[in-house]
Amino acid sequence: MSLHATRRRRQASFRWAVVGVIGLFFALPIVAMVEFTTRAPGGGRTLDTWATLFNFSLIDADYPELKHGVLASAGLTLVTVTIMLVMLVPTMTWVRLRLPGLRRLVEFICLLPLTIPAIVLVVGLAPVYAWVAYFLGESSLWLALAYVILVLPYAYRALDAGLGAIDVKTLAESARSLGAGWPTVMWRIILPNVRTAVLSAAFLSVALVLGEFTIASLFSRDNLQVAINLLGKRDSSLAIAAALAFMILAFVVLLAMSFVGSGRRSNRPEEN
Amino acid sequence: MPPTRTPVSDTLAGAGRGVAVTLTNLHRSYGPVRALDGLTLDIAPGEFVALLGPSGCGKTTALRVLAGLDDADSGRVEVGGKDITSVPTSARDMGMVFQAYSLFPHMTARQNVEFGLQLRRIPTARRRKRVAEMLDLVELSDHAERYAHQMSGGQQQRIALARALAIEPQVLLLDEPLSALDAKVRVQLRDEIRRIQLEVGTTTLFVTHDQEEALAVADRVGVMRAGNLEQLASPQDLYARPATAFVADFVGLTNRLQAIAEGDHAVLLGTSVPLLPGSAQRGPVLVLIRPESIEVTADPTGRATVVSASFLGSTARLHAVTESGETVVAQIDNDSVATFHPGDKVTLVPRPNPALAVAAAE
Repeated sequence: MSLHATRRRRQASFRWAVVGVIGLFFALPIVAMVEFTTRAPGGGRTLDTWATLFNFSLIDADYPELKHGVLASAGLTLVTVTIMLVMLVPTMTWVRLRLPGLRRLVEFICLLPLTIPAIVLVVGLAPVYAWVAYFLGESSLWLALAYVILVLPYAYRALDAGLGAIDVKTLAESARSLGAGWPTVMWRIILPNVRTAVLSAAFLSVALVLGEFTIASLFSRDNLQVAINLLGKRDSSLAIAAALAFMILAFVVLLAMSFVGSGRRSNRPEEN
Repeated sequence: MPPTRTPVSDTLAGAGRGVAVTLTNLHRSYGPVRALDGLTLDIAPGEFVALLGPSGCGKTTALRVLAGLDDADSGRVEVGGKDITSVPTSARDMGMVFQAYSLFPHMTARQNVEFGLQLRRIPTARRRKRVAEMLDLVELSDHAERYAHQMSGGQQQRIALARALAIEPQVLLLDEPLSALDAKVRVQLRDEIRRIQLEVGTTTLFVTHDQEEALAVADRVGVMRAGNLEQLASPQDLYARPATAFVADFVGLTNRLQAIAEGDHAVLLGTSVPLLPGSAQRGPVLVLIRPESIEVTADPTGRATVVSASFLGSTARLHAVTESGETVVAQIDNDSVATFHPGDKVTLVPRPNPALAVAAAE
């Protein structure tokens, strides 16, 4: 009995040690960022940098690249997630329903971007984007097309797990036999049942788009990371404060999304 | 307290609700495999037909073609005299219960039953009344707000049945809906399906590989083999007068015993047995005879030897070997099983029930 208790205590200590090390690994850079952004010129501490960051009229006037970067990244996130979901969910559902033989091929195509470094992607995408700029203009939003490719592997894995957890074929056929057309099947039957997977896919896509720098920088387009990089050349303290603020914002958004994903299930009555 | 059942409403009552279903010369191949090979089937309005057969015989394909979930390579599907061969599933007006549990997991039982009615834009008040009737019909009114994961397999299939019937389908399709359930629930639900079908009067096609299930509930049973019907007949006819050796072998237990055919009868175990139409009529034949058509008498001078006698609950079975080395299975009273011991001599006498005879080489 006491041997069992000792073992449990030792396991608990080990768990806390692991959590502590990992926590330090994440916390140290954040603490360093806070420390750096609160340094006063003559020594001591000041919140001037943070006050500047939240003075939106000042940011708008003096640091327009940050505003453009934020807006561009927000737009890119929205468009990327939308294109990814509209393209991937029906395709993966259809492949499961009607073309199961193509599943491996679709998986291979979706996972392919994982093996290609962003810099190589840029080399391949450069001529495409030359045409995109020529026909559609130089808006940063067109980066979403490249970002959809970048997020494919992560989104595919999340959605595949979700679709694999339900009997897509039987559910779709049941709904069809009750008179539902394909849009109804997708919207009212498949999507609600893969809601968590869809949110996970969106979650990963948001995180990836908000953190993307290489492609936007090499194509000379605006996004948050490019803006923070530019800002760092003028005011490193403000750049670090912006990076920290957006990291916290992204964390809050992702946390909110995960709560939305698990909300309805917990409302269900208990099994008896 | 169990819910009290309300009388079935006018909309639910079966009088005149059934429609005729006709499948004509259906062909469907999956690569080299012919799932349907010229299947033709007529179902009368309000009739309950079961398709029975071994795995891969095409019974589920036939049902899926009728539902529109699968396309036939050729042939014609008619419901109520209307050709619906190219009508999409969603417009066929058929209710279907699947082998796999198919309730929508994110909806309660009530929402599941309501789903088809919402698609048909039935006004809310009528919809709710109908849902209540349906839940009452399957005796699960008190489970209306439960999700699929909060119900047993049998309850889920009953809700699936209520959902299929709620839309007042022209045809009810049951694709082995009992096969995932345990034996006791299976029998209960089987009887319930028949009760409900009689109550609502919907033309029903039931696919199963379980002969007991098919014989117990159907008006007629079709035995399928290699994509076609071997025989479509009432359960009694199918059992007592099988048209082919395959049907005789597939449905129930059958002895294959050597005999000599002489026109419309054959001499079997020294006794003359009438032969069914379609039997081989001359020379050495194999007679397909049921265990209950063989009478066993303990007789020290008998020409057969008991191998074993097994008690099976409501009945008992005796295995014996004839002088010519043939094994015969006979049904005996369960209380007489103790009187037979291995090695005992017995006399086996076929009862004068018509039997099917096939050529000895078949």
